[in-house]
Amino acid sequence: MARTSAPLVAPREGILDDVKAAIGDAFVEAKHEAFEDSVTVRRESIVDVCRTLRDRFEYQQLMEIAGVDYPQREERFDVVYHLLSLTRNHRIRVRVITDEEKPVPSVTGLWPVAGWLEREVFDLFGVLFDGNEDLRRILTDYGFRGHPLRKDFPLSGYHEMRYSEEEKRVVYEPVRLAQDFRSFDFLSPWEGAEYILPGDEKASPQAPGAPTTAPAGGDKK
Amino acid sequence: MSSKATEIWTEEEVAKTGATESKIANYTINFGPQHPAAHGVLRLVLELDGEIVERVDPHIGLLHRGTEKLCEYKTYIQSIPYMDRLDYVSPMSMEHSYVLAIEKLLDLEVPIRAQYLRTFFAELTRIKNHLLNIGSHVMDVGAMTPNLWLFELREDIMNFYERASGARMHANYFRPGGVHQDVPLKLLTDIADWLDKRFFGLFDDAISLVADNRIFKQRNVDIGTVSKEDAIAWGFSGPMIRASGIPWDIRKSQPYDVYGRMDFDVPVGTKGDCYDRMMVRVEEVRQSARIMRQCLNEMPEGPVASFDRKVVPPKRAEMKQSMEALIHHFKLYTEGFHVPAGEVYVATESPKGEFGIYIVSDGTNKPYRVKIRPTGFSHLQAMDFMSKGHMLADATAILGAMDIVFGEVRVDR
Repeated sequence: MARTSAPLVAPREGILDDVKAAIGDAFVEAKHEAFEDSVTVRRESIVDVCRTLRDRFEYQQLMEIAGVDYPQREERFDVVYHLLSLTRNHRIRVRVITDEEKPVPSVTGLWPVAGWLEREVFDLFGVLFDGNEDLRRILTDYGFRGHPLRKDFPLSGYHEMRYSEEEKRVVYEPVRLAQDFRSFDFLSPWEGAEYILPGDEKASPQAPGAPTTAPAGGDKK
Repeated sequence: MSSKATEIWTEEEVAKTGATESKIANYTINFGPQHPAAHGVLRLVLELDGEIVERVDPHIGLLHRGTEKLCEYKTYIQSIPYMDRLDYVSPMSMEHSYVLAIEKLLDLEVPIRAQYLRTFFAELTRIKNHLLNIGSHVMDVGAMTPNLWLFELREDIMNFYERASGARMHANYFRPGGVHQDVPLKLLTDIADWLDKRFFGLFDDAISLVADNRIFKQRNVDIGTVSKEDAIAWGFSGPMIRASGIPWDIRKSQPYDVYGRMDFDVPVGTKGDCYDRMMVRVEEVRQSARIMRQCLNEMPEGPVASFDRKVVPPKRAEMKQSMEALIHHFKLYTEGFHVPAGEVYVATESPKGEFGIYIVSDGTNKPYRVKIRPTGFSHLQAMDFMSKGHMLADATAILGAMDIVFGEVRVDR
């Protein structure tokens, strides 16, 4: 039983097994974590899985499509769909994995709301959606380049804009920070920070040939 | 609604006038980004046939502030103020989803008084939001006075906000584990007096000016009708889905904090037009007041934040006495707390609809990914099919009844 006061949802017994049986080959992985059900499926069959979930398991609404970037992975992006059942009062999360080039089939045929949600993931992560006919950028500036929510995109971005009094128009310039961007790392060194703390490099064995002073009183044996 | 001249005049009649047939191309106009009825920095590219809207293409990126990216660089607690600035018309409701998501990952228990306080202020925020929306909606369709009266009430709520949190708008009041500080008893009694003596006088007067007003009805009834099926397929939530006749309210169906103990009704519309949406909000204001009164009656004394010192910092006075409190305070305000690895999606019933937070945690003191599920994003996307075939002036009514705040849509994510 949850101790939190987060929204209470009655568990839907056996839903993951039923979904696994219903989608067959498309199934990759399922888990029940933090009181939530999620299922990972093969990318190519996302449309069929969603149709099954919508029509057979009564998940009528698509609330959200989120991208998550794991640059160290070979296929770096998770695309996460959150479905809601109004009749069964339950939520389920469907996940597919992709990279910059392999397109994810679009679910706009099932839910028209997916149009913008997919545009957003395309804009921020560069994930392609096959079948979305209006895959334009949506949140970033006109003429923007790059995909800002990728982990390798800097927080400051690459360009900044200002109104130029001389030219009487808005000009774009490369970002110039008056002071370095300060990203503090507060991870405790006692809990395994993966870097050498300032000063700790002195503790390593000295390189050969480095000058040493003879210890005081060293000549008296 | 007929749009083509030929449907009114037969071809012979046209020929008799001696007019030669000429093709009129649709033309495109630009609505916004700076327009008083755009509720922020919305740019609509409207394709018109005469005065009939054929196509709407909203451009919503003009207020994109990169909140989601910023959250990845901040500890969990440092991101709470960003939530206020999402939907700046209902700040505490935005915080609510976020702190509940963190608590769910931590599986943290919240003291009962804190739950009451959060429910109480979430409902105050709902009233605050609906006052602005109702006021600006009626002003968009031509009525001036209610807006001024409702802003008067909103000003009162801002003062209550300030007395509770120290800030008139961006409260930064909810915390994982409770709320930041307790409220004085006088504030609660003042809000109760305000509800009893002042609020409904002004509110009912303002609504009575428009609810049965002929002009107001002409501008709203049967405008932007959305069927149940459409409302589901387009991901509607909140007053938008309820106005279409679906009794779905997360406060009822998936209760969080103390909503499970509250007794309130969920208003639904019958036709799903702009008038229904507006009246659903009017009724929700009354229900919110009901919930607030119940909270005031039942709220127990007690702590307002969890005693889990690995999440909630101790009070300053305690720090002066206790070495351990000092260490906890220092650690929580530098390193912050660690959240177990995992992912959660927590959605609450914000005044505008389902406001969700999806957090992916990698076990460190900063979220790996925060995805904000804004309510207005899905609603605004439906602008195209809702406006199709309506007059240009109806586009403002439809937009007003959607309750769009650009901070949230463009989400400023």
